[in-house]
Formats: sequence, C-alpha cells, structure tokens
Amino acid sequence: MQKMSVQEIDAMARRVRSQVVRMSFRGNSPHLGSCLSCADIVVTAYATAVRIDPKNPTDPDRDRFILSKGHAAPVLYATMAECGLISRDLIEHYNQDGAVLAEQPSPACVPGLEAATGSLGHGLPLGLGMALAAKLGGKKYRVFVCMSDGECNEGSVWEAAMFAPAKKLDNVILFVDYNRWQATDRSEEVLALAPLRDKFAAFGWSAHDIDGHDHAALAKLMANVPDGTGKPIAVVCRTVKGKGVSYMLDDNNWHYRVPKREEVEAAWRELGQDPAGIGPTPAHRPGGH
Amino acid sequence: MRNAFANELTTLAKTDPRIVMLSGDIGNRLFDEFKTNCPGRYFNCGVAEANLIGVAAGLTMCGYRPVAYTIVPFITTRCLEQIRVDVCYHEQPVIIVGVGGGLSYASLGGTHHSCEDIAMLRTLPGMQVVCPADAMEVRGSIRAAMASNKPTYIRIGKRGEPVYHKAPPAFEIGKSITMRPGNDVALLSTGNAMPLALEAAEALAAAGISARVESYHTVKPLDEATLNEVFGRYKLVATIEEHSKIGGLGGAVAEWLVDRPAPLKARMLRFGTDDRFNHEAGSQDFARGNLGLTTKGIVESVKAAWAAKG
Repeated sequence: MQKMSVQEIDAMARRVRSQVVRMSFRGNSPHLGSCLSCADIVVTAYATAVRIDPKNPTDPDRDRFILSKGHAAPVLYATMAECGLISRDLIEHYNQDGAVLAEQPSPACVPGLEAATGSLGHGLPLGLGMALAAKLGGKKYRVFVCMSDGECNEGSVWEAAMFAPAKKLDNVILFVDYNRWQATDRSEEVLALAPLRDKFAAFGWSAHDIDGHDHAALAKLMANVPDGTGKPIAVVCRTVKGKGVSYMLDDNNWHYRVPKREEVEAAWRELGQDPAGIGPTPAHRPGGH
Repeated sequence: MRNAFANELTTLAKTDPRIVMLSGDIGNRLFDEFKTNCPGRYFNCGVAEANLIGVAAGLTMCGYRPVAYTIVPFITTRCLEQIRVDVCYHEQPVIIVGVGGGLSYASLGGTHHSCEDIAMLRTLPGMQVVCPADAMEVRGSIRAAMASNKPTYIRIGKRGEPVYHKAPPAFEIGKSITMRPGNDVALLSTGNAMPLALEAAEALAAAGISARVESYHTVKPLDEATLNEVFGRYKLVATIEEHSKIGGLGGAVAEWLVDRPAPLKARMLRFGTDDRFNHEAGSQDFARGNLGLTTKGIVESVKAAWAAKG
C-alpha cells in the first residue's frame, strides 16, 4: 500500500482506532491508551512507507516493521488487516482461547509480523540485527521500529542506541511514542528522559522531534530512509495517550481499563463510525487482568 | 579451547558466507584469522550483551548464522532474558559460545566465575547445552551446532586445557563419548571437569575399582541411551562438572532417573561445586578445592559408596 493522501490516511487511522477500541472490548484486553497514542505512527508507516507485499509478506527484500511496544499489538493487527496483510477474520477472534492473535504477538503468528514483542527493549536490538543483515547482503530494505517512552527505561535500548551509529546502520528509523505516561506514572517522574531528541542526537542519530499525530510530518520523514546523513534516524513523536477518544485523552486509567459497550459506541461516534459496525457483544470475553 | 574455537569457526566461515562473528569486546587477536579470511563479518558489539543477543537473533531472522561470544557469565546469565525471548521463543539458531566456563577465570574473582549457567540455560525451551571436554570436542561441537540449526549454548574453557582426542571425534550433540572403558563404576563428566574424571579413574584403578569415563558433553538434550546403559550395568554412576550441584548435569540426570518407571541398578552420586561463592584469590585448582570439587573428594566418595554397596 503506497502513497495515500493525507485524507485517506486520516480515514484509515479513524478506522484503526475504532477497531482497536472494539478489540479491547471484545477481547477484554487492556493498553488501549497506549494503542491510541501510537496509532498514527503505525498507520502512516504502513500507508505510506513500509514496502511489504500482501501477496508475498515474507519476501526477504521486504521492509521490516517492528512494534517493539508489543502491548499495542491491536494497532498493528488492525493496520495489517487494513492493508490486506492479515484476514479480518483473525481480528474477529482476537484474544479468544486458542486464537492466532494474542494481546501481544507470538513468534511468526502471521506472515509479515516480524517479532514477538511485549517484553520491552527487545525490538530495537532485533531490528538492528535485521538492518545489519541488509548491509551484509547488500539489500535495500529498511527497518522501522516503534517503541514507547517507558520502554526507554530499559538499558538494552541505550546499548542499541550506541550500536546503530557505530555500525552505520542508516537503514533504520526509530519512532518513540512519547506520550509522557508509562504504566503507572508520568514518564519524566519515573526516570529522566528529557531531552530525548537531544539524547539521540548526542548518541549519533539523525534525530527529530515532531507531533506524532501529524500524518504529513510522519510521512515526510518516512519517505526519506536512509536520509543521506549516514546515520540511523530517531523520531521523537510527541503524542497523547488515548488520542482520538475524548474521554480517554491523557487519562492513564486507560492503560488498564477496558471499555464498556456504551463507551465503545461513544468512541465510534466520535471517530465517525457507525456503532452498528461493532456487532453483537461476544458471549465469552476471555481476557482480563 | 578458545583457540580451537576461533580456528574451527574460521574454517567453517570460509565456505559458509552466512556465518557472522559477534564479540562482546573480547578475544584480542584471537579472531585475526577470521577477520582476514572473512572480511566484514566480524563485529565487536561492545560490552553490551543484551543488544548483542538481540542483534544475533535479528541476523538469524534474515538468514545469517551468528555466533555470539564473550565470557560465560556475560553471554548467559547477564542477558538471559534476551536469550529466552529473542533466541528461544523465536526458535532462532543462534550459537552462543561462552569462554571461561566454571572456574576457568578463577583469579578474576566471583564476577567471572560461572557455576549457574548450565542450570539456567537448560531450562529454556529448545536450547541445546553442550560442554566440550577438550579442544577437539570444541571443534566438533561448533560444527554440530551449525549443522543442527537450533539454538545452542556451547560452554568452553579458556586455554591450555589438556587435549585428550588426537583428532576431532565423531561428535554428535546428545551422544556421549567413551574416554576410558571400565567395569565397576561409570563417571559421567561434562566440559572442563574431564581432568578430574580421568585422574579419579586412575586413582580408583589403583584401589581396584574399574571406572569407565564418559565425556557426557551434552547436558541438553540428554543422551538417554547412554544413561539407560550405564544405570543398568554399573552399581555406581557419578556425574562430575565444574558447575553447581544445583541444576547442572547432576541435576538433569537426577531428574531423568526419578522419572524411570522402574528402579535401575545403579546408585547415583553427584560431584560439582558447593552452593556458595568463592571469595578468595587463587588458581582454578584452588577455587575448585575451595568449592568442594577435587579429584581426592571424588575418589573417596566413590570408594565409600562402592564399599557400602558391597
């Protein structure tokens, strides 16, 4: 899927957000706020930049997209369904007993989903291995990694942050979903993160700081990988947890809360979707924490 | 052992362009031959083992065959969660080679000792755990691990260990190698404990007890055929390892033994290090003794158990 207009990307992001709220409700799964904050990053990547052929999703030359913040997997699933990379039927069974799609992806659960993430701080090192493989093999594919700001607590992120520039992995673009919340507190009150763009710049990355809900700004950076600097690219994306659903905005209770049916309907109306599309409430909602 | 590892890996990599060497900033000059013969395929990943393992798994996902190498505690327990998730959960054939198994780096202190690694790595689903006894088995284990296409941990010593095989033996993961025949008791040794096992067998022979010695190099998967054979044939079977008695070869064999549907003939003895850290300076031999692992101790225990058994 390539070169959608900004209006088309916006419409796709609304559909993905609606689907994610519905999946949380039907699958009784948490992390909705985290899904909504990174939805524009994931959608814009797949809509405009990630080269992956739904007919051949394991092509060795495909671009790799790794959602390192595995707890936001519903966004990835919904986006992949939008792009024809997975069947919508899998979405309908999300998080049910024995289903292919779990709250966090298992290894190779569907072709084209690169890594079983969920434990934080793994996606970037894995992505760098893939990027190094591209360099070794003279291949042109790129590696997209999306991680959370809380994830930057992990030391492995900073080991990787030093590795990528040293090995000149300019075929990597990293997005930090900087929604300023982690599971139970404001990010900056937990561990000192700011100034994050400057940190990546100091580590030798081509570093940017943008509005992470601005599809045009995201698409512009995604269209330019490698960017000619010879450095890996880090994009600090300023986002809001719960973006798109007013009653969830910047409210960290939605890290764990699961919406009720009437809350899903309100979200769908706000996102411009007909609540009839939610369908019946499943008899069995197996998740829950 | 480490020179044999570097040399054998270089030989393999010359004809297999998928092989990539990832070092955790160790092996000064050790990989010069590899670097010369395989330009662009040696990466010093720095003192950053968590990232190193993730990079290794990312490489295997794209068809490469990385070997991740540094000192045992740092390439095993330090980055255990990366091995568990990136390598084992994803079923990636990363080869992890740890140098300085057990007390090889005795003089560097407890930070560099590793008497827990076998226990921790063998619990990981899909992980093979191989502890070669000498430089020749190191060569065989690298080849076998590459051919197996499975996650594999190879625990080697450092340098200067005795070499027992005249040439690389027919090495099969999960198939132990008889080092010395014997009629009364069997000593199953893994990794760099082999000198202790062979010395013990010699001393036991002098005392009239004929001891068979096996290089039981693979702790996972267990060589069950050999276990069935020795536990059915001998009155005593002992495991010997430069590793804690908790969870290593002895632990693995004991688990196997209690799961047998009917009792077997042999009584089992376990020899390994005590459940504590070594705090004193000194050589590998001194550290072994300090942690209760000596040839003398093995010989006395076997003699006592043999006498009790009648």
